Amino acid sequence: MIDLFLFGIFPYIALVILIGGSIWRYATKQFTFSSLSSQFLEGRLLFWGSVPWHYGIIVILIGHLIGIFIPSGVMAFNRIPLRLYILEGTALALGLLLMVGLVLLLVRRSTSPRIRRVTSTMDIVLLVALLLQVLSGIGTAVFYRWGSAWFPQTATPYLWSLATFSPKVEYVTSLPLLMQVHTANSFVLLAIFPFTRMVHMLSIPISYLWRPSQIVVWYRRQAR
Amino acid sequence: MDVRAQVATVFHLDKCIGCHTCSIACKNLWTSREGAEYMWLNNVETKPGTGYPTQWEDQTKYQGGWEVKGKSLKLRLGRRLGVLSNLFFNPNLPIMDDYYEPWTYTYEHLFNAPPSSEQPTARPISKVTGKFMDIEAGPNWDDDLGGSPVYARNDPNLADLSDAERAALFRLEQLVFFYIPRICNHCLNPGCLAACPSAAIYKRAEDGIVLVNQDKCRGWRFCVSGCPYKKVYYNWMAGKSEKCILCYPRMETGQAPACFHSCVGRIRYLGVLLYDAERIEEVAKSPETEMVAAQRSLILDPKDPTVIAAARMNGINDEWIGAAKKSPVYRFVKEWALALPLHAEFRTLPTLFYVPPLLPIAASSKRGKYDLTDGEFFSSLEDSRIPIRYMARLFSCGNEEIIKTAIKKLWAVRTYMRAASVGDISDQRATSAMSELGCTPEEAREIARLTSLPRWSDRFVIPPYQREDVIQQLTSPIGHKAQVGFGSNVPVRRGP
Repeated sequence: MIDLFLFGIFPYIALVILIGGSIWRYATKQFTFSSLSSQFLEGRLLFWGSVPWHYGIIVILIGHLIGIFIPSGVMAFNRIPLRLYILEGTALALGLLLMVGLVLLLVRRSTSPRIRRVTSTMDIVLLVALLLQVLSGIGTAVFYRWGSAWFPQTATPYLWSLATFSPKVEYVTSLPLLMQVHTANSFVLLAIFPFTRMVHMLSIPISYLWRPSQIVVWYRRQAR
Repeated sequence: MDVRAQVATVFHLDKCIGCHTCSIACKNLWTSREGAEYMWLNNVETKPGTGYPTQWEDQTKYQGGWEVKGKSLKLRLGRRLGVLSNLFFNPNLPIMDDYYEPWTYTYEHLFNAPPSSEQPTARPISKVTGKFMDIEAGPNWDDDLGGSPVYARNDPNLADLSDAERAALFRLEQLVFFYIPRICNHCLNPGCLAACPSAAIYKRAEDGIVLVNQDKCRGWRFCVSGCPYKKVYYNWMAGKSEKCILCYPRMETGQAPACFHSCVGRIRYLGVLLYDAERIEEVAKSPETEMVAAQRSLILDPKDPTVIAAARMNGINDEWIGAAKKSPVYRFVKEWALALPLHAEFRTLPTLFYVPPLLPIAASSKRGKYDLTDGEFFSSLEDSRIPIRYMARLFSCGNEEIIKTAIKKLWAVRTYMRAASVGDISDQRATSAMSELGCTPEEAREIARLTSLPRWSDRFVIPPYQREDVIQQLTSPIGHKAQVGFGSNVPVRRGP
């Protein structure tokens, strides 16, 4: 029953909260959309925390997306043991990098008096949830072999079953607890997304690469 | 020709007494709130000095402004992909300690302290952490050369001077300083705008005021680095960048900006300039020594019929063209060539110009007596108390001819007016000083009048904004205090 809720129903609730909440926040409280950078108050620890975290998570997320959209590619890649070792090793190294970054960020949040001033409850909730996610990912890599083979064979069909509104919970429930935690927590992260600083992901300023270097705005109807 | 209008400004440094009234007027109106305590959108610096934030002029440290690389103009911060790759940690960001940590005092302790044999004291507490703190820096920490061995001697502009010149500058009898009040330059080629990844910063077309859209700002904080003058500030509480808005809500209702209006020395002038936006990039790429002249050439004559026709084509109405004709800024900058941009070598084409100070002659100690009148009234340029090279570094990108011409002209005008009003200088000497510079007696009288006797309406030629034509409508600026800005009337509250 709890499995059905966690892996069959909650994902949809999380998705609705994610999309509805983000739209609501963007429409009504756009002023609160910000990276909420605290580099101005403390820079040294931020460097060692933020840079590994952000670059690590970008690569890890892309890896997960590849697993979701081209599972057969991952399987084919893993056919040769050496490639498998390389993939698993890289993923583990990135996971450790993320862990170091997150721990530093948590330490920074709790020790620097200036940073504590700009730390909200949601910041802590988010950091802890992210740490749980990273630790469960690392745990899988360390304690169980061939996570990169499980993903395309279980997580991917499970996610596709969710996408087609016929959730097959047994894909997840047959996995070890660590993987179940990883899966459930990922939906928690989606659900809290609109209420945390994570919304800055919605405004990745990629258009900076091609926008004109000067922006001039007329505040009046131009009479020509 | 792509004619645009710019509300531009002139600060006459000879008249600045360094009273900081401008800073206080601005602080009370715009930055007396959480996260903005440390911001001084208007500040007054003592020169020589390191300024606020410390050593802001040193672009090897902060990488602000533009540079010419090959044939193209690029931000010193780097190319765009480079900027984006530094999104998670900006290596060139000044941090709070480069400005100062804002503080208050435990005043209530003076009233609530229990009886004791000691006098109660109000200890400083940080406005950030709320904890007791030791004050180590402030917005005017080196005011009037305070702590000059630490501050004034580290002024980046002193780099060009010889050791002897530097030593002379700080000899007690010759100690000399002047003030530079600074606000946002509302540049024609703003570095902050070009550096903003979210495209939140924009230049208003009607008046050229550079603004940060608070709803679009995402706190990536590259504007702070991109601005070589460090006049964009990061609100550490709201996670948004803020800057001087040239009090546009006041200007739109016909009032001068708060710092202008409150200026005790009446050093500030404001008026419209018409300029050719097509040539911005070309001018910004000029060699350093030609920068000031090139920027001057960008400004168009508002009485020229072809300029007027082109301005009308661009939707600039006749009232604005009329205001441009009466602009005191046009006269100081273009007609008289007296007002010069500050650090034009940053290539942002600032529209705040400074009339350089004519520092009084040095007092010299002879036979145990101070002598103020070593020779004639106003000695020669070579004897000026601050080396010309220092002034050239500040106001003419190191080109000494430009600053010398401006100072000589100011000098000639003073000589002429003194000959006319006091009469202790021969008319011949007065006119020869002027004819050398091609300055007519009429022009000298005009310069003297606009310098020393201007009325409010001479100093501030505020163009009529014609609010009925615009989208944004305002209420009273006071009603918006502590809010995020105009058109977005929500309280400033940090997001989760």
